[in-house]
Amino acid sequence: MSATFDPIAPRPAPVRTEGFVPWVRRNLFGDIKSTITTVVIALLAVLYLPPLINWAFVQAVYQPDAEACQAARGSGACWGAIVEKYRLVIFGRYPFDDQWRPLLATALMLGLLVASCTRPLWNKWLVVRWLVVLGAFLVLMGGGWFGLEEVSTDQWGGLPLTIMLASLSIVFAFPLAVLVALGRRSHLPAIRTFCTLYVELIRGVPLISVLFMASFMFPLFMPQGMTIDVLVRVLVGITLFAAAYMAEVIRGGLQAIPKGQVEAAQSLGLSYWQTQRKIVLPQALALVVPGIMNNFISIFKDTSLVTIVSLYELTGSTGLAFNSDADWRPFKIEAYLFITAIYFVFCFAMSRYSLWIEKQLNRSRTR
Amino acid sequence: MSTSIAPRQPPKKRDWSWRSQYVRGLVYQVVALGAIAFVVWFLAHNTLLNMRTRGIQSGFDFLLGPAGFDIGEMLIRYDALDPYWKAFLVGVLNTLRVAIIGIILTTIIGTLIGIGRFARNAIVRGLCYGYVELFRNVPVLLQLLMWYLLFTEVLPATYEAWNVAQLFFLSKGGIAIPAPVWGLGQGLAALGAIAGLLIAAVYRGWARKRFEATGHALPTIWPSVAIVLVVAFLGWLAGGAPTAWNIPKQGDVMVEGGMIATPEFLAVLFGLVMYTAAFVAEVVRAGIQSVAHGQVEAASSLGLSRGQSMRLVILPQALRVIIPPMTNQYLNLTKNSSLAVAIGYPDVVSISNTAINQTGRAVECIAIIMLVYLTTSLATSAFMGWYNKRAAIKER
Repeated sequence: MSATFDPIAPRPAPVRTEGFVPWVRRNLFGDIKSTITTVVIALLAVLYLPPLINWAFVQAVYQPDAEACQAARGSGACWGAIVEKYRLVIFGRYPFDDQWRPLLATALMLGLLVASCTRPLWNKWLVVRWLVVLGAFLVLMGGGWFGLEEVSTDQWGGLPLTIMLASLSIVFAFPLAVLVALGRRSHLPAIRTFCTLYVELIRGVPLISVLFMASFMFPLFMPQGMTIDVLVRVLVGITLFAAAYMAEVIRGGLQAIPKGQVEAAQSLGLSYWQTQRKIVLPQALALVVPGIMNNFISIFKDTSLVTIVSLYELTGSTGLAFNSDADWRPFKIEAYLFITAIYFVFCFAMSRYSLWIEKQLNRSRTR
Repeated sequence: MSTSIAPRQPPKKRDWSWRSQYVRGLVYQVVALGAIAFVVWFLAHNTLLNMRTRGIQSGFDFLLGPAGFDIGEMLIRYDALDPYWKAFLVGVLNTLRVAIIGIILTTIIGTLIGIGRFARNAIVRGLCYGYVELFRNVPVLLQLLMWYLLFTEVLPATYEAWNVAQLFFLSKGGIAIPAPVWGLGQGLAALGAIAGLLIAAVYRGWARKRFEATGHALPTIWPSVAIVLVVAFLGWLAGGAPTAWNIPKQGDVMVEGGMIATPEFLAVLFGLVMYTAAFVAEVVRAGIQSVAHGQVEAASSLGLSRGQSMRLVILPQALRVIIPPMTNQYLNLTKNSSLAVAIGYPDVVSISNTAINQTGRAVECIAIIMLVYLTTSLATSAFMGWYNKRAAIKER
């Protein structure tokens, strides 16, 4: 008997599960429903994307030429309208020759905002930096010093105004919100009731009614002969509004701090304010940074409402630039797309940052 | 013998000295109340003084005088000779109309998109993600303005409206759709539908009891739908089976007849719904993600079908996470409907704005706006609070 060597048949190679083709098979043609969906969406894309690309790029007019735009109307976009009007859209009615000032001021403010987002700079100098940059911003915008010509606030507008309203109201709202949040958790009934009433009243009404109040009623509130600039009034309104929402976010953070922390602080003999300042707030505020960031995003978007009380921030200045000009008015939609892109870039960046910082701050909790 | 040390007196709670926490608290509160009262008095005093010197009249008596302006769209009969209070009522009804329809549509669209984030198909996932990021990062006012511009610029003029089968018309004048002529038959059909809902609820209760007693599950969804439809149909038959429809048709100048939604209403509705749906989608996604994966596995190991495990296991748990933020989104939508003033939809803010310009009674008109929104907000939160209590875990 001679033993012959019979090799068993080789096993088939394992199915590839990594790489492009298996991914496509799993995610686009996983089962019959998924396949149908993919095919339908692809068909729709083939039908509607080419005309859209055609409109937006191929047949679009890029030169600021109103007649060419008029000729291409309906078949191509008129990006020339933005080339023609972008300075009016971005800076509003600010004097044309001095527009380097809002540009510089906005750059400073943006630089500060970005710097404030990096954790190594979260220290006591942050307040000083803010005060210095705010002073520089106001001097640059308003003028009157260092040989800069004075520009009254009703000429401020566009993106600088949007950024100023958003950042100032958040900065002013922050200390107020901390106090209100502490007040809502206070043991003193009168203070607790007042803070609760403030937060619930403000959160129950739309921002536009607060702005109407700032615009129509504040002048009546002031002593006789005293007038306050409409910009300041609106800023106060937005600040009071933002503070109520932020107070709720901070209260959430305060609630997350275990009671033992406060009791430990008390047993060490710390007073109420020492406990809050040294023990509770540092922990609570670190928890709510993403929430405050979301507040900032919604306030940034909400600044567009001041258009309704006749302040020309980004949305308002776009209307201003196009409504009064019969040649360019038909192309307002392109301008709206332009400022949509601006808002989107800012808000998207901030929401990404908010996600990132959330991960950073939670690093001590994950294992 | 033991000598006992006399126990020290505990410090009195109401010791009238600065060292007593009670006294300090009292002093702080008195000071705070005094400061608030002073500010309120100061503002009120200034306001009264300013009003007197500027000759501004105050009081709500103007509400009884004739309004003198027309309103573009209304749910109740109104003309320019009617008093102000009726104009405000029209505004409030318009606000509620856009808010209620908006909330229903937002819930449907937002939920679909939120679930779409978990789709097996990568394109669907990507589209849903793109939708959420795009729509929530652009101010809602800008979105409203864009929709309005689209409706008034891109759509055809009213004398050459687009139509589908001569039944649905779309033009700068808005959308016109066929509507049944409201009569006895329709009324009875509506009554029948309500009666059907009640009967269906009774049936569901009975089916549930039976399930708990015997473990035998009866189908509940399709029988309920059938009950409602059949009873409504019976009501319609009892009313003489009317078939009259009010069908829109192309006139020389504009589309006539039918039920018409104006471009202002549509722009506000679309803007609010698209914006809020992005947030609702995120809320739904977070809710579904919060249910532990083991729950689904346990449900399928018990032999529940996909639909049953969604209805009986996942949703009840996800709802607890979803409801509070969902309430906030509903309130946001209602409050954002005040932006209608920017495009001329006659909601309560827009009517108040006109009234302020005509009568100069800013304080009263703004008070009315705030009162309306506060009432709606409180009512919505009360309702959602009740619902949340029902959906909460029953803890022992």
